[in-house]
Amino acid sequence: MAERQVIDARGAFCPGPLMELIAALKLAAVGDEVEVWSSDQGSIKDIPEWIKKVGHEMVGIEERKGYAEIVVRKLK
Amino acid sequence: MAKKILIVGGGLAGTIVGNGLCRKIGSELSRGDIVITMLGATNQHLYQPGLLYVPFGRIRESELVRDQRKVIDKRVVFHVDPAVNIDVDKQEVTTESGRVHGYDYLVIATGSRVMPQTIPGMAEGAHWFYELDAARKMRDALDKFEGGKVVVNVNAPHKCPVAPLEITFMLQELFEQRGIADKCEITYTYPIGRLHALEPVAEWALPEMEQRGIKYETFFNTKSVDPKARTITSEEGSTLPFDLLVTIPPHQGQQVIEDSDLGKGGWVPTNKLTLHREGSENVFVVGDTTNIPISKAGSTAHFEADTIVDNLASLLTEGRMARDYDGKVYCFVETGLTTGTYVWFNYTTPPNPGPPSQMIHWLKLAYNRMYWLSARGLL
Ligand SMILES: Cc1cc2nc3c(=O)[nH]c(=O)nc-3n(C[C@H](O)[C@H](O)[C@H](O)COP(=O)(O)OP(=O)(O)OC[C@H]3O[C@@H](n4cnc5c(N)ncnc54)[C@H](O)[C@@H]3O)c2cc1C
Repeated sequence: MAERQVIDARGAFCPGPLMELIAALKLAAVGDEVEVWSSDQGSIKDIPEWIKKVGHEMVGIEERKGYAEIVVRKLK
Repeated sequence: MAKKILIVGGGLAGTIVGNGLCRKIGSELSRGDIVITMLGATNQHLYQPGLLYVPFGRIRESELVRDQRKVIDKRVVFHVDPAVNIDVDKQEVTTESGRVHGYDYLVIATGSRVMPQTIPGMAEGAHWFYELDAARKMRDALDKFEGGKVVVNVNAPHKCPVAPLEITFMLQELFEQRGIADKCEITYTYPIGRLHALEPVAEWALPEMEQRGIKYETFFNTKSVDPKARTITSEEGSTLPFDLLVTIPPHQGQQVIEDSDLGKGGWVPTNKLTLHREGSENVFVVGDTTNIPISKAGSTAHFEADTIVDNLASLLTEGRMARDYDGKVYCFVETGLTTGTYVWFNYTTPPNPGPPSQMIHWLKLAYNRMYWLSARGLL
């Protein structure tokens, strides 16, 4: 069964949401999803940019009050 | 019956918790109302930030290591007998020798470890300085190095967010001092789209690298190393040749955490304010082994440990928690062999480093010397 892990990286200045996502994907199985919560405006741009570069799947971005929920699926 | 506090791990965080508790609840300890036990994997306490200077021969190894029994308060019962299983339901920790320790309060402080073996070819093809033996090998390789392509490769996650930049600038200065800089080309690689996780540090590092002729590649997450062909390839599809590869390997928490089913990758799900293990009111987690999304650094371990000391002392004497951890992290950054800067932030205050100066470099060196006082809880 594919799992979904939630990382609350709101207010995380270092290492920050993308680095947390990269670390979580290393431990995830192919098909698993990781949902990152980020209050850093940059994440909405840099997470999809990296996902495209590396070849995972962007499942979606939901804008909440003061943060975004970004869901990614591990493809390889 | 005496109340039992069990600390697993006698590195920076565990030691500060043990020593801090002895200061706060000294009378309860002397009456025998409370007993503090610590389980360690070794009797040697290693000053890890000092490892940065080993490849350059700039620290005596005797300065890096102390006998843990001299660093930890004598009132803490210290066993060199690593934990092999932590059962939070039964409230029992089993050790390598087969002993079983019960507890009323448990503090998990087992830190993190480098895992080069998780990337094909990395252990064979790369040097790193995050462990003493490896740092010695890197020193030997640097001694023989006469020029060529150097890749400084950073992987996520890793402890001490600033050490990769520090080693890069220090290498560049070393090559200049040896008069071989024109025969050397350094390329620094980083997992995300800028040169450092902290935005202001990344902004500072960019012109510094350009001015010093250091190349860089961002969005570089290592897929494999080919030790024979001497190339390193990223998940993003880039391959770089090297004559000397210096890596910051990806980290994980300890095996005992995974074996006890306490957290994937050895990272324990932890409440970022109370530092409780998620789901346990009597288990605290401190230092590198938490899954809190902040820097895995000595200062983080220190500020978290102080919070746990206050809360445990208050729980044991008054039955209530004292305060939350505010997410504070403080880092000195070596910007070369002779200058440094610093940066601090917490959950609500963004980082803002000052300009590099020689004074900050000396402060960092002074801090290196003062580490032992801070582990003993005197700073
Ligand atoms: C090269 C380098 C440079 C660094 N520079 C800095 C810096 O400039 N500033 C900074 O703030 N931080 C720095 N750090 C990071 C800092 O050293 C760590 O973040 C800090 O030591 C974390 O403390 P800890 O107690 O969580 O883990 P550790 O200090 O690593 O302690 C964990 C302890 O647990 C023990 N242990 C492991 N498994 C078991 C087991 N099964 N049972 C019992 N015990 C066990 C280990 O032996 C160890 O003693 C640096 C680290 C390195 C490697």
